[in-house]
Amino acid sequence: MIFTRTLLRRHSVLPGFDLALGFALLYLSLIVLVPLSAAFLKTATLSWGQFLEATTTPRVLASYRLTFGASLLAAALNALFGLIVAWVLVRYDFPFKRLVDALVDLPFALPTAVAGIALTAIWAQNGWLGQWLPFQVSFTPLGVWVALVFIGLPFVVRTVQPVLEDVNQELEEAAATLGATRWQTFAKVVFPILSPALLTGFALAFARALGEYGSVIFIAGNMPMISEITPLIIISKLEQYDYAGATAVAVVMLGVSFALLLAINSLQAWARRRQGML
Amino acid sequence: MTASPPSSVRTVARHLLAVAALSLSFALPVQARDITLLNVSYDPTRELYVDFNRAFAAHWKARTGDSVTVKQSHGGSGKQARSVIDGLEADVVTLALAYDIDELAERAKLIPADWQKRLKHNSSPYTSTIVFLVRKGNPKGIRDWDDLVKPGVSVITPNPKTSGGARWNYLAAWGYALKKTGSEAKARNFVGALLKNVPVLDSGARGATTTFVERGIGDVLLAWENEALLALKELGPEKFDIVAPSLSILAEPPVTVIDKVVDKRGTRAVAQAYLEYLYSPEGQTIAAENYYRPIDPAVAAKFAKQYPKVTLFTIEDVFGGWTKAQKTHFADGGTFDQVFTRK
Repeated sequence: MIFTRTLLRRHSVLPGFDLALGFALLYLSLIVLVPLSAAFLKTATLSWGQFLEATTTPRVLASYRLTFGASLLAAALNALFGLIVAWVLVRYDFPFKRLVDALVDLPFALPTAVAGIALTAIWAQNGWLGQWLPFQVSFTPLGVWVALVFIGLPFVVRTVQPVLEDVNQELEEAAATLGATRWQTFAKVVFPILSPALLTGFALAFARALGEYGSVIFIAGNMPMISEITPLIIISKLEQYDYAGATAVAVVMLGVSFALLLAINSLQAWARRRQGML
Repeated sequence: MTASPPSSVRTVARHLLAVAALSLSFALPVQARDITLLNVSYDPTRELYVDFNRAFAAHWKARTGDSVTVKQSHGGSGKQARSVIDGLEADVVTLALAYDIDELAERAKLIPADWQKRLKHNSSPYTSTIVFLVRKGNPKGIRDWDDLVKPGVSVITPNPKTSGGARWNYLAAWGYALKKTGSEAKARNFVGALLKNVPVLDSGARGATTTFVERGIGDVLLAWENEALLALKELGPEKFDIVAPSLSILAEPPVTVIDKVVDKRGTRAVAQAYLEYLYSPEGQTIAAENYYRPIDPAVAAKFAKQYPKVTLFTIEDVFGGWTKAQKTHFADGGTFDQVFTRK
């Protein structure tokens, strides 16, 4: 004990490490761990059989497919277009650039229900955009995906942007003088530097999409087996005063998303190591 | 210039003042109290209770001299009940379903199990029913429940899993089919066919109204009668018509005092009077003005023109009460899940 403490003290650069660590642990416990453990405790009132029954009915399984599928696809699209948006914001100058920059944060600030109602109105078959499309967006799984893309965009842009700003342009110039094409420069020089940030942005957008309720509920259509998201299943279990069943589904969601986030984090660590070797 | 009065005069004046103040305080009645009540209710009663609270405050002031401020909380009926179970200190609850109030007795032991017998008429001071809102001129010719299962008719209703109003819709359709065919199996097929015609299940009643009215989706909206009449008033009768089915359900939104809370806060008398005032001619008139059906025959007669003639059955008659209906139809694996997951 004393040994580790002296070891830590020797290695820490900042003063007050003990106090800061204690504070961080207490704070995280109060804000994150205690509420989460309440979910697990409620679930623990179920037997294993009841747990399986609550979390694996066809309706619940269909909702997992929709929620995880749409969230992954939305995060993927955001990774692609978020990168382009960040690139444009960092590398180019154009009129009203600050305004565009501020626009990116709007999905953060907007109450999610307002976003949901607005998106539904725009994409409904009599809406501004929906009326021009030959297929239906609002009230289908496609609508769910549209809403999740909307709320996830700022995560990618805001994690990639600062990294991109720090990329040393001399590296790119050096690549160019060595005869690299623009694409080679991007793929071999810029992208490896960006990829950890891009992965982080992807993970954040994905995690946010999983739990999203307000913006999705209006556009989803909420048809069982088709367009019912997992958070709605949880709400409808609560509506029957089935607290344990609701938390059971939540625990499954937490478990899967934690595993996925852990995988993404390891991928990120791997990318960083590889980048270090380069 | 003016010399101050001799000190003896000042003392006398001060005494006089003191005596005057003392006698004044005796002449006044006991200090009037300021009381606050919290009424936890469901979504579509917001306007009703704004009017009613004002009337009750005046009534209580005239009777006792005390000022009552009633705070209102609105939301989905089930969500509101859960808040009270989890500790929201409601003096009274006025919810959409007896089932939600039953849970306050069962789960949190806040009220006795026989709460519904404490006030007249199953503790429901006003009632409503389920009617159809259709587009102007009724292009699809919808007259009764049978028209809702025809192919090509699109029906909007919220999700019974998350909306109390939607449960009334579902049970109204089920009760109609059951009374008409006399067979449970046929009633299930009827409701299954009806749900096949539903393109969107909103999570709440107001959301379903928005989908129908603003997004232009659906040929018919299943709605509380008071919501339909309100929509007609707000949006103009030139856009929509109300169609009354031949048979529908008697929706009885119940009210009760929360014993544990009023005993703790010392507000039982006023909370009790608040709910009883709902049954008075004034309370009944306010309910009728907000398109609920009054149970007082005299007030009902006065507003009779407002309500279409519908034969009504009760949930007690057809389904054996809320707890049973909830278990058979809306619990996980119940008939609602069966007709939807069977593909």
